[in-house]
Amino acid sequence: MNADLFAAMAQAVVDGDATAAADLARSALDSRIPPAEALDKGFVPGIRTVGELWESGDYFLPELIASAEAMKAAATVLRPALEADGASSSSAGTVVIGTVDGDIHDIGKNLVSAMLTANGFKVIDLGADVKLPAFLEAAERAGADLICLSALLTTTMLGQKRLIELLVERGLRGRFKVLVGGAPTSRRWAEEIGADGYGESAPAAVRAALGLMGKVTS
Amino acid sequence: MISGLRPKLDLLSPALVDRIIDEAFSILERTGVFFENPEARALFRDAGQEADDKTQRVRLGSRLVERCLATAPAMIELYDRAGETSFRVGGDEVHFDPGSSGTRILDHATQRERKPVTADLVSIARLTEALAHLHFQSTALVPSDVPGEIADDYRLYLALLFSAKPIVTGTFRIAGFEPMRDMLAAVRGGAEGLRAKPLAIFDACPSPPLRWSHLTSQSLIDCARAGIPSELISMGMTGATSPATIGGTLVQHVVENLAGLCLAQIARPGAPIIFGGSPSSFDMRQGTCPMGAMETMMIDCAYAQLGKRLRLPTHAYMALSDAKTNDAQAGFETGIGAVLAALAGINVISGPGMLDYESTISLEKMVIDDELCALAYRLISGIVPREELLAEHLFEGFGPETDFLKSAHTRKWYRVEHLLPIVVDRDPYDAWEAKGGRSIADRAADRVKDLLAKNPPPLPNPALAGELLKIMEADARANGISVLPNLPAF
Repeated sequence: MNADLFAAMAQAVVDGDATAAADLARSALDSRIPPAEALDKGFVPGIRTVGELWESGDYFLPELIASAEAMKAAATVLRPALEADGASSSSAGTVVIGTVDGDIHDIGKNLVSAMLTANGFKVIDLGADVKLPAFLEAAERAGADLICLSALLTTTMLGQKRLIELLVERGLRGRFKVLVGGAPTSRRWAEEIGADGYGESAPAAVRAALGLMGKVTS
Repeated sequence: MISGLRPKLDLLSPALVDRIIDEAFSILERTGVFFENPEARALFRDAGQEADDKTQRVRLGSRLVERCLATAPAMIELYDRAGETSFRVGGDEVHFDPGSSGTRILDHATQRERKPVTADLVSIARLTEALAHLHFQSTALVPSDVPGEIADDYRLYLALLFSAKPIVTGTFRIAGFEPMRDMLAAVRGGAEGLRAKPLAIFDACPSPPLRWSHLTSQSLIDCARAGIPSELISMGMTGATSPATIGGTLVQHVVENLAGLCLAQIARPGAPIIFGGSPSSFDMRQGTCPMGAMETMMIDCAYAQLGKRLRLPTHAYMALSDAKTNDAQAGFETGIGAVLAALAGINVISGPGMLDYESTISLEKMVIDDELCALAYRLISGIVPREELLAEHLFEGFGPETDFLKSAHTRKWYRVEHLLPIVVDRDPYDAWEAKGGRSIADRAADRVKDLLAKNPPPLPNPALAGELLKIMEADARANGISVLPNLPAF
């Protein structure tokens, strides 16, 4: 009985069907299935399959974002019950994410944001064109583990470097890990500016984030 | 007058052209476009349009759009630095210029990309000057050895010093316009001289979908008032920042371009505007914007057709590649683009020399691409009946000993009819091997050295050079920069 429900949850995520995913999450709560179990046995296997379909070249960005949105819809329904169960400690970590000052491009950032949420991170998405101090304020307020910075333009990627300088100036460099990404960036760039990690795609960014949180993935 | 058929490419049926333009007019009127710039919104309000300061949304009525289209010129005359040679931008005229605003240069010796410095920009300007099929130069790279605050006018400064060709450029900041305009006006001896003989085109990019930023709106207004042609660079990415279908992306393209055109016409009726862009097929795997994709080129040729229907000069980013080195992909993407763009009759084609998603310039590729441009020009010059009789007279007295290698007719026509390549390989195998079995990129590197050695830059007269330096130094000082990089001596 529950096995069918879990399979349907996974399928809703694989299909990128946010409405079905939210409905299934509500059915689970109605049937008194523990929310953590719905997540672990239903939705998470779905997003794992999506990751595999991406790696094998069967899924492309539109499928990836739709699946991440479905995952987010389910998580939104389950979150209050999860928190009531005191299961918030099962969060993979807290992330503050945004596209840096002067850059209004947020497709890549949205994708990473959705994928991080789908993989159990608590994500505070500041949007696009975010002033650098705003990243620090949000990260301090939320007690974040990670700050993720996106940039599409070569002129704005310098903002990533400045943010790390700002962290050093304010004596906060040790408090937060910094992950950078975006079209003009590279692993070399990340090393050059002293970032902690780099993701060349949304799944790679999630892997890097999990890695920085000490959660090794295959 | 003996003339041939001009080969021409049209991708859209007349009915589809009408449908796209109709939908665009409807979106302009019903949905509107975001203008972040308060002066732009005020101008639209003064022109009787609905422009909301809170939402930044401006709705443009069809009557206004029609009126603005009527005042925008169909033909723009650009002039070189001396103000002597003019280039017609409009109709089916074709002009190539190097791809612009890259941030890296491909170093031929190491075959790796690196950040460009002043000396690289000087080489690009000088090489462009020496390459006959690049009619315009562009501020092709953003130099890394001056602070970003003055990168826009500093690029123009170098371009004005080291090449006399008209320039495709643009501002990176609102305050960049004034020194750039002053430099151009200095060349012409004043603002009115510049208005009469434009020397540079300024690119202005809307942010897809349907948004004109504060900076780019200001650039449109400022250029319109100064009589500097603006090139509108809409750049939807299919399925990401514009509809996934080519037809849908074309509608958005027209909406964004017309909104920019209207702002310029309201700011100053008659302002020269080029219907251009840099849209792309969006790669759903990598999230990249492949300029060499066939769909990208189809969008380009199709919007150019729409621009022509609207009686406007046209521009596109074509004849460039996403390859990282001068390999087969670099050649075929650039070659297909150059040929299609020329067949589509696009007036300003920005791309030669460019690699890696509009980010990297290669001097060697500029040389190779100049030859590709020659080939594209050859194609559109068509097949022309050169004499009253095509061949009949050549067969008078025909016999077994007849050959054409000795004939005066051959000497008269072969150079007119046939291109003689310089870096393209036409050696027999043994000859190619004897010369070291080298690639086209290696041969192009030799030609780069040769051209730079043999062609001293056409430096402006000392009085003008001094005036340009004064403007440049004043802007540098205003931005807290006391020292500019040294220029190579000639």
